[in-house]
Amino acid sequence: MTRALRIFVVAVLVVVTVTVQLSVFNHFALDGVAPDLALLLVVGAALVRGPTYAAGVGFAAGLVLDVAPPADHIAGRWALALVVVGCLTGLARPEGARSLLSTVLIVAAGAFIGTSVYALSGLVVGEPSVTVASAFHVVPLAVLYDVLLTPLVIPLLVLCFRRLEPAERW
Amino acid sequence: MSDDPRRSRAALGLLVLSCVTIMTLDAGHGTSSSPVDPLRTAVGAVLGPAEDSAGAVVRPLTSISDSFGTLSDVRSRNAALQRSNESLRTQLRAQQANAVRSAEVDTIGSFADDNGYSVVQAQVVALGPAQSFSRTVTIDAGTDEGVLPDLTVINANGLVGRVIAASRSAATVLLVIDRDSTVGGRLGSSMELGFLDGTGDISGDGRLTLSLVDHTVSPKPGDTVLTWGSRNAAPYLPGIPIGRVVSVQSSPAELTETAMVVPYVNFSALDVVGVITSRHPIGTTVASGSSR
Repeated sequence: MTRALRIFVVAVLVVVTVTVQLSVFNHFALDGVAPDLALLLVVGAALVRGPTYAAGVGFAAGLVLDVAPPADHIAGRWALALVVVGCLTGLARPEGARSLLSTVLIVAAGAFIGTSVYALSGLVVGEPSVTVASAFHVVPLAVLYDVLLTPLVIPLLVLCFRRLEPAERW
Repeated sequence: MSDDPRRSRAALGLLVLSCVTIMTLDAGHGTSSSPVDPLRTAVGAVLGPAEDSAGAVVRPLTSISDSFGTLSDVRSRNAALQRSNESLRTQLRAQQANAVRSAEVDTIGSFADDNGYSVVQAQVVALGPAQSFSRTVTIDAGTDEGVLPDLTVINANGLVGRVIAASRSAATVLLVIDRDSTVGGRLGSSMELGFLDGTGDISGDGRLTLSLVDHTVSPKPGDTVLTWGSRNAAPYLPGIPIGRVVSVQSSPAELTETAMVVPYVNFSALDVVGVITSRHPIGTTVASGSSR
């Protein structure tokens, strides 16, 4: 696979993930909180490729999430949140073999950091829709939902990013 | 490429800086003339139809998902019988759902006929998650069908919200339940004016808060709240039912009494909506007033 083709495949993966999150997963929302598939994509990238690569994927996925309908918040907020998630989960990835427990912990930390950074950026730029009370309600539910989805989604994403890894690294 | 820590740190710094730059650019301008808007329109033109088809694929699944559990413990002897039973039941359920939807379409259509408005039918294809904090949905009609920003969106039960952005084949609707949304409202019984603010909760106990302009009038539980109407009927047309007053709270610290209003529309189960495209209904006087 050439470099251009790999980038193209990741771009398609990002767009598909965001579309599925917005129009399919909202049917399974708990109290309005839908699973954050884009965030899981970034954590998957971080587990396989490390912080820099995951931050790049996070920037792309976040930006699409920021401008895709029905988003109406200030653009760049999800991008910032997912760059931070990609960077931190990439730094925290275990060196040796992954266990389910370590993966779940990393996803939980990533989901907590992602939704919190997004909520905080809303408070900083003064979006009227974000309040501290609603953040306290939404963040734990989002973390729980992403953790529940981890065993189903993360292995698939890890497999995807393994296949997309350049051959010379093996 | 990620092995060199200095390059990797520079890349991370660049990404964070880009995010902050985009946020500054988008926040610095008003909502009408942001430099990010062309990007929004372009992505909307691509992802709107994609969301539409993804939603269409999953829609039958979500309506019959509760019938799968019963099939697992069926004995092999009557498995065939059970299956045909299930398929018949599923057909029946689909038919019921279709009947409800066609009734909704009829009601929206007759509302348009009765009041002289013209209405574009649209399907809700995507719903923003609570993690994004704002309550917005994507509909599958855009500028091609005449849907433009600041048009009123209704369904069979009442006011849904208003269009805030439109691309060629999709549009984003801000629900009245959003914390960002303020609608001019009027009490059905006394014609008193007030403002309805969203609380951000779309679940069954989602409420709007109504504060009346005249603080000597107190709303009564059970009273109907209609739209007041904005200047030139944009974004909200007058006389559209919004909800029913359920309780009234008054505090000595505040001048006006606040009433809790239950919206007629069930926002967590939005399906077919109508966008009112003609702004010149016959025989209706338009009161001027601010919205949002």
